[in-house]
Amino acid sequence: MQADRISRERKAPDGNGDFGQALLDASLPSPDGVIGPDGKPAPKRFNVYRNNVIVSLIEALGDTFVAVRRLLGDGYFGALAREYIVHHPPTSPVLIWYGKSFPNFMAGFPPLQAYPYIADVGRLEWAWLQSYHAADAEPLDPAVLGDVAPDAVGQVRIERHPAARLISSPWPIYSLIQANRFAPDDPPAVDMQEGQDVLVARPEIEVDLLCLPPGGAAFLEALFDGAALEDAAGRALTAAPEFQLPVCLQTALSAGVFSALVPDNGQGHLSAKDDATRGAL
Amino acid sequence: MAAPLPSSNRIHHTVPARAGAGLKGEHIPLILDELPDVGFFEVHAENYMGDGGAPHRALEAVREQYPLSLHGVGLSIGGENPLDRDHLMRLKVLNERYEPGLFSEHLAWSTHDTIYFNDLLPVPYDAETLQRVCDHIDDVQDVIGRQMLLENPSTYVAFERSTMGEIEFLTEIVRKTGCGLLLDVNNVYVSCTNHRQDPIDYLAAFPMDKVGEIHLGGHAPDEDDEGRPLLIDAHDREVDVAVWALYESVIGRCGAFPTLVEWDNDVPAWPVLYSQVQAADTILTQAVPADLKHAS
Repeated sequence: MQADRISRERKAPDGNGDFGQALLDASLPSPDGVIGPDGKPAPKRFNVYRNNVIVSLIEALGDTFVAVRRLLGDGYFGALAREYIVHHPPTSPVLIWYGKSFPNFMAGFPPLQAYPYIADVGRLEWAWLQSYHAADAEPLDPAVLGDVAPDAVGQVRIERHPAARLISSPWPIYSLIQANRFAPDDPPAVDMQEGQDVLVARPEIEVDLLCLPPGGAAFLEALFDGAALEDAAGRALTAAPEFQLPVCLQTALSAGVFSALVPDNGQGHLSAKDDATRGAL
Repeated sequence: MAAPLPSSNRIHHTVPARAGAGLKGEHIPLILDELPDVGFFEVHAENYMGDGGAPHRALEAVREQYPLSLHGVGLSIGGENPLDRDHLMRLKVLNERYEPGLFSEHLAWSTHDTIYFNDLLPVPYDAETLQRVCDHIDDVQDVIGRQMLLENPSTYVAFERSTMGEIEFLTEIVRKTGCGLLLDVNNVYVSCTNHRQDPIDYLAAFPMDKVGEIHLGGHAPDEDDEGRPLLIDAHDREVDVAVWALYESVIGRCGAFPTLVEWDNDVPAWPVLYSQVQAADTILTQAVPADLKHAS
């Protein structure tokens, strides 16, 4: 009886832990106690699981980072993704959320130093995916802004639509994502000297990408951060003296990147709570 | 999260004993346009865990036209860690939003110490694992508030520490938790081949009165460490002839069940998948209705 109790309470070998470690580390032998039908260790059988894990996750990353994969080629992308997977495996069973740190991983990956634009294309693809899956919301009706008293317009704060994102880059990431993902048959000219600021919007179901004019990114970044219209325009002019407020505001309104005017209740509303925006900026 | 559709918009809540198809994004526009005669569609729950946008819009449209089965692939019911509460809540929300006629998960694990491995990993069949799986299934059924179906796995390895067979293990789970079973006939064929057992014996011993759904799918041939056949549950091709034969014998013996054709990798054009669904439907319509069978 006593012996039975002890054997029952004896901690079982850490089966999942050993098994899981060996899945991601191909240098480890297959775990103890894992056998084939004849009772012998079966490394080739265990490798089926290793292969399933790595291959399915490479595929998941490839589904998210379509343009990055095309730019790098399947072979290089697969090797890079494998490296990322082993060091940064998913932490959620919801794989549409896997790969947030992949662009940063690429930026810090020494062999990719000669291709610094790839990480920014990855950031744009991540932003596209976040926008695609974001909560549904009605975009702000531009007429609402027209109803604000003229002397109050400067103090208006506008809430970011849940599907709106902004990615700024010193590289032509809009042209690159079009050429390698959305319009490969009719690719735009890519000028590697040109930086591009891209607005990601999804007022309904389709995700739209828009290249912003000078100052546009500083303006929208400020608005998304909770700044009043007047302050945002000021920051945009500092960033780019040629910034044109009416054009840029009109572009953003028709793209549907706002959801509502922030009620004027004094302090408190800053979209800093929304780290999705922060992460994207 | 958007409010669930009012139930009144939906005519189908129960999944019929007919053939259905795994719903793939690339087929949805055609399905909504042509409304093919399919018994039901099944989706992987994890693909609909975003907040909004196109996936939910499409699934809501499909749900208005067809009965739905919700199939989880990431809950890690066989895992050593407690269930992921957030994930369980996401499954609950999806069940409430889409009101699927069937809800199923796997006898497998996929998460350990925060790492999600994205594969259905095998569990040893012993008393300790049995207790843990039963606790997890009790938890799922409590939180979600409905019966779940547990799917028999396809496996490539066995465990030295196993003390019982797979059917004994599954039967005990059903007895202790009141869950139902999802019989994957392709998994039966894959596992029996891989472990050198007879799939006919396996199916003869399977507790068919607890089965709420059947899965069919394609597998890929490989070889094990000794150069003997090893089948991989790849869902990347048509259902194998041997699996059709096993399925036909099960249906002939036990009557019709909701039957899903899964095709998740190298997904073909819709007509190819649809012809597999129709093949399953043909077998089902020739079956003696289960209630008559039970009556005799």
